[in-house]
Amino acid sequence: MATEPATDQPGLQPAVAWEQEAERARAPGLGPWKLGLRRLKRNRIALLFGLLFVLLVAACIAAPVWADRVAKTGPNTNHLSDTIRVDGESKNVVALDGIPIGPQWLKADGRFFLGADRNGRDVMVRLLYGGRNSLLIGVTAAFMTTLLSILLGTLAGYFRGKLDLAIRSILDVIWSFPVVILGVALGVALALGGLQLGPISISGDSLLIPIFIIGVVYVPYMARPIRGQVLSLREKEFVEAARAQGAGPMRIMFTEVLPNLASTLLVFFTLLIANAVLLEASLSFLGAGVRPPNPSWGTMINEGVERIATAPHLAIVPGLMLVLTVLSLNVFGDGVRDALDPRAKVRLEH
Amino acid sequence: MARFVVRRVLQMVMVMFAVSVLTFLIFNVIPNSDPAVRMAGRQASESTIQAIRKEWGFDDSLPTQYVTTMKKVFTGDLQSQFTQLPVGEEIMKGLPRTLSLAIGAALLWMFVAICFGLYSAVRAGKLADRFLTILALIGISMPVFWIGALMTHYLGFKLGWFPNGGYVELTKDPIDWAYHLILPWTALAILFIGFYSRVLRSNVLDTINEDYVRTARAKGLGERQIMVRHVLRNSMIPIVTLWGLDFGAVVGGTAILTETVFDLQGVGQYAAEAIGQLDVPPVLATTMFAAFFIVFLNAVVDILYAVLDPRIRLQ
Repeated sequence: MATEPATDQPGLQPAVAWEQEAERARAPGLGPWKLGLRRLKRNRIALLFGLLFVLLVAACIAAPVWADRVAKTGPNTNHLSDTIRVDGESKNVVALDGIPIGPQWLKADGRFFLGADRNGRDVMVRLLYGGRNSLLIGVTAAFMTTLLSILLGTLAGYFRGKLDLAIRSILDVIWSFPVVILGVALGVALALGGLQLGPISISGDSLLIPIFIIGVVYVPYMARPIRGQVLSLREKEFVEAARAQGAGPMRIMFTEVLPNLASTLLVFFTLLIANAVLLEASLSFLGAGVRPPNPSWGTMINEGVERIATAPHLAIVPGLMLVLTVLSLNVFGDGVRDALDPRAKVRLEH
Repeated sequence: MARFVVRRVLQMVMVMFAVSVLTFLIFNVIPNSDPAVRMAGRQASESTIQAIRKEWGFDDSLPTQYVTTMKKVFTGDLQSQFTQLPVGEEIMKGLPRTLSLAIGAALLWMFVAICFGLYSAVRAGKLADRFLTILALIGISMPVFWIGALMTHYLGFKLGWFPNGGYVELTKDPIDWAYHLILPWTALAILFIGFYSRVLRSNVLDTINEDYVRTARAKGLGERQIMVRHVLRNSMIPIVTLWGLDFGAVVGGTAILTETVFDLQGVGQYAAEAIGQLDVPPVLATTMFAAFFIVFLNAVVDILYAVLDPRIRLQ
């Protein structure tokens, strides 16, 4: 079985682990979580980006407030033939040659803050509502991936044998597909007609379809490392002690194995959201994710790229929002990993 | 060694079979609708649907359907429902373009990532390292189609420094070929430079503390020689594995996003156009061949490893 690396030989220890060892010696009696939190608190950049993510989420949740109070329009309301007053002058929302107005900032009392799109819809309002969809898909899909991975990873790692072989083979086959093309294939297959999962039937243009797709696609990337960890955890003395006391597999799973996986899960979850949001954008960009007219950052970038020559703000704005969100999650997730589990090899894309 | 190769090839064939079954399930069984209707596209007449049902044997049992589908895929009998062009020929036509994109980008990202990762590790904790880390994180946070679109618009269309998309064949004019591919290569490489430089950085930092590095230093080797011959060489092993897999993933996946933005007309753009029209046969074929390609590359990497490192053969 896997043996622990010898810890009494300084040469085999990487620099980071040494620092941690020294820190533990300085602060006796603190658990790994408290120590982790301490280290995270010292990482100003990670905290700053974590805060940025919270702010972005809050802004998207507050989308109706902006839509009702400031912009006074909805995400799917067209203003094709409307005019607005900017600095006392009257301007067409969409010019006669089809070019929409660019960002007005506060010149029109907050209406068309970030300009309009080709149908005269308010980009700022769509950006916030689209963010709701993108983030909802990202977080729910990450949640689904985590649950499925825990289930498959612990089953395979704990019971080993034939079950392990079966689960591993299935994961290997899914893993053979590049993430984008697997998502796209499922998207195309499910777009017309939707999906039937037992008694639940999901229609083709529901948001649940991209959630389901993204939730499934990343499972092998997370379930494999979990299986590996469970495989080595089940041989540890404390698991053996629990077994000797008569604890069943369920109990061992929840009280002995899962708490030891928590830091890995947390790191994975943060980075999963980032990757899920990116994948949603890719799928929607290709037309296999969120179905228009539902806004999402991916569909908005898609529409924007088509019109980049005449109205570049349509591509730049949703893209920047997406990059900020993903970046904040990546930096924060990185900080969490450094604080809790610096040796973790987390890699989702391939 | 021969035994290992045979075993690995057999395993590869089995995984390919499983891949084809899963592809079949994704397109014909999992969706909650009549496969003939889906295959026919959005606006199809009843007679077209009936013809497709007959042609693909959607009334037969599932194993028979699977055999029919695979026969169509492998005999080149598959054709697009929109353009009626044979799928196999279209894929072969686009393949040189996709490979030009992927090979160039792979070389570029590996080279830049080695420079960045090594420099970052040597300066670990200093300002330059932090700067490169942030840069790498920004790189992996950008969607490749977005940065690609901005590049073509601003560097290609507005400033006119680069061609605004398009592709010139290598055999026709190698310089123009490279000139047209500089932007796509860069856009695609940015993502992977971020990944690789970070992986390399942490590998180098791990390796620096190894005994043999101390030995090398103790026997008086110069710092440059230690870094390149002892540290870098050993830090590269995990990255080379990733490289093989990522190359496959780019050809089979990321190329879809890049080619469309730069109008390279390769396999990826072909797939992207089919996806936009929900045209099932081309998507089915590209999905399956993309996965096949990765499974194949995986086996090649494993066998190469076994050649280099005899311990692996025994596992």
